[in-house]
Amino acid sequence: MEMNLHKDLRVSLSGVELKNPVIPASGCFGYGYGMAEYYDINLLGSFSFKGTTREARFGNPLPRVAETPAGMINSVGLQNPGIDNVIAYELPKMRECYSGPVIANISGFSIDEYVECCAKIDREPQVEIIELNVSCPNVHGGGMSFGTGCDSVAEVVGEVKKVITKPLYVKLSPNVTDIASIAEAAVKSGADGISLINTLLGMRIDIKTRKPVIANVMGGFSGDAIFPVAVRMVYQVAKRCPGIPIMGGGGVSSARGVIEMMMAGATAVQVGAANLRDPYICKKIIENLPEEMEKLGISSLKDIIGIV
Amino acid sequence: MVENIEYIFKVIENRALNAKTRVMRLQGDGTIFTAPGQFINIKVEGKFLRRPISVCDYSNDTVTILYDVVGDGTAEMSEWECGREVNILAPLGNGFDINTDSRRPLLLGGGIGIAPLYRLAKDLIAQGKEPCVILGFNSSREVCWADQFRAAGAETYIATVSGEEGTKGFVTDVPACKDPEKDYFYACGPMPMLRALCEGLEIPGEISLEARMACGFGVCMCCSLATKDGAKRICKDGPVFKKEELIWK
Repeated sequence: MEMNLHKDLRVSLSGVELKNPVIPASGCFGYGYGMAEYYDINLLGSFSFKGTTREARFGNPLPRVAETPAGMINSVGLQNPGIDNVIAYELPKMRECYSGPVIANISGFSIDEYVECCAKIDREPQVEIIELNVSCPNVHGGGMSFGTGCDSVAEVVGEVKKVITKPLYVKLSPNVTDIASIAEAAVKSGADGISLINTLLGMRIDIKTRKPVIANVMGGFSGDAIFPVAVRMVYQVAKRCPGIPIMGGGGVSSARGVIEMMMAGATAVQVGAANLRDPYICKKIIENLPEEMEKLGISSLKDIIGIV
Repeated sequence: MVENIEYIFKVIENRALNAKTRVMRLQGDGTIFTAPGQFINIKVEGKFLRRPISVCDYSNDTVTILYDVVGDGTAEMSEWECGREVNILAPLGNGFDINTDSRRPLLLGGGIGIAPLYRLAKDLIAQGKEPCVILGFNSSREVCWADQFRAAGAETYIATVSGEEGTKGFVTDVPACKDPEKDYFYACGPMPMLRALCEGLEIPGEISLEARMACGFGVCMCCSLATKDGAKRICKDGPVFKKEELIWK
């Protein structure tokens, strides 16, 4: 039935054409091939692969996850095989089951690390966008996250831009007082687009044991509960940075959520934690979008971007 | 190959075995399970994450689970009435290896960890093997499912920490645990018990682990385990691991 509605789901991120705006967020989809065991992931607009660092990382001790009302907190600690292994082993496996554009999520603990990883991943043909995770602590900057200061964001973006050819999207941390100023600093330094929001810093305590639920004490809060915060921040950044494409995410778990996020100013929409509860959520959202658009009198998703 | 893992099963039994443990039987395609020791991840309305629960048994059209009521999610499950439809992800995890050379395996369960051993015992008996089952509990109030193991034809012993029933102490205190005729072990239960077995038993074996999970199907990396073969996911590469793969710190 949806097929007969002739809805236009296509969007474009810095010249990268996506057949729909739905993008599984980094850390919730591995390197794609694991999810391809459950459905044909070629129906996705794109996907952002697991946050990758220069060195292989095992990540944090267990427990790494805690439940919250309408969400969850995780502290995986950027477990990944390292950039060279990702290029040598993960991306070839990904290519066997996915032919669309891929977003490479890169993390680093120093400017050098970001630059080296981005330069390497930029040469991979299937990688069409680089998404810079600036929420990691800067080991040379006293451990403060790169993403919490305009100057540190500007510096890392400027250095990475010198070594890459693909569009650069900066994934912003919401744990700041003025997200729009940080987005603006990234854009002034050469970012092609903005991705937001990363997780909110959160914590749960097991009141029986009187200890934090997560071994690392605090973690990233995600899921439906953070949706209104994400919509607000996407809206603020869209207003401050007109013409800059945004990948909006945070608590999206439905076609209506995708539409709301686009109305706030997102060109494409990332779906994160919802994948962990329902591995088929992105497929369901994509299949449901035409029907929801019909109800709302939308013929092309491009028409609603930033309409609020 | 693409394979669906989302199913709607229907509750056909949900009752207390004792003050702590319950049994739930669900109607649905039981032929999807490929090995004893796999688990299902159950959606609970109002909870963001699913509840991963070991499969105790399955038939062509049913699956049986045992679960302890330990928090809000399992308390909610305990209220489910017959006829209720439940969204599950299944089959998840690798399950036990029943194709070993073992003739007389030990099956050691602690608390709710006894659940996956039941189907395992039945499958081993069907192969003509002679499983010896040792079930450990804190007290006689928690003892359950021993009759089912016996009815299935398994030699079954009980240990209780309180000494109220069976051998006083842990599963390792039951004499059969040290029987030199035993040639392999399968275990599921609390970590201290699994460690004691892996470090104390000379025979080869495998254990089923549990961890707080988010997805249960291998993508979130919340249940990673450092093994001698590198990082493994308890949900996807496990939950069953061979004794020799494990690192005890």
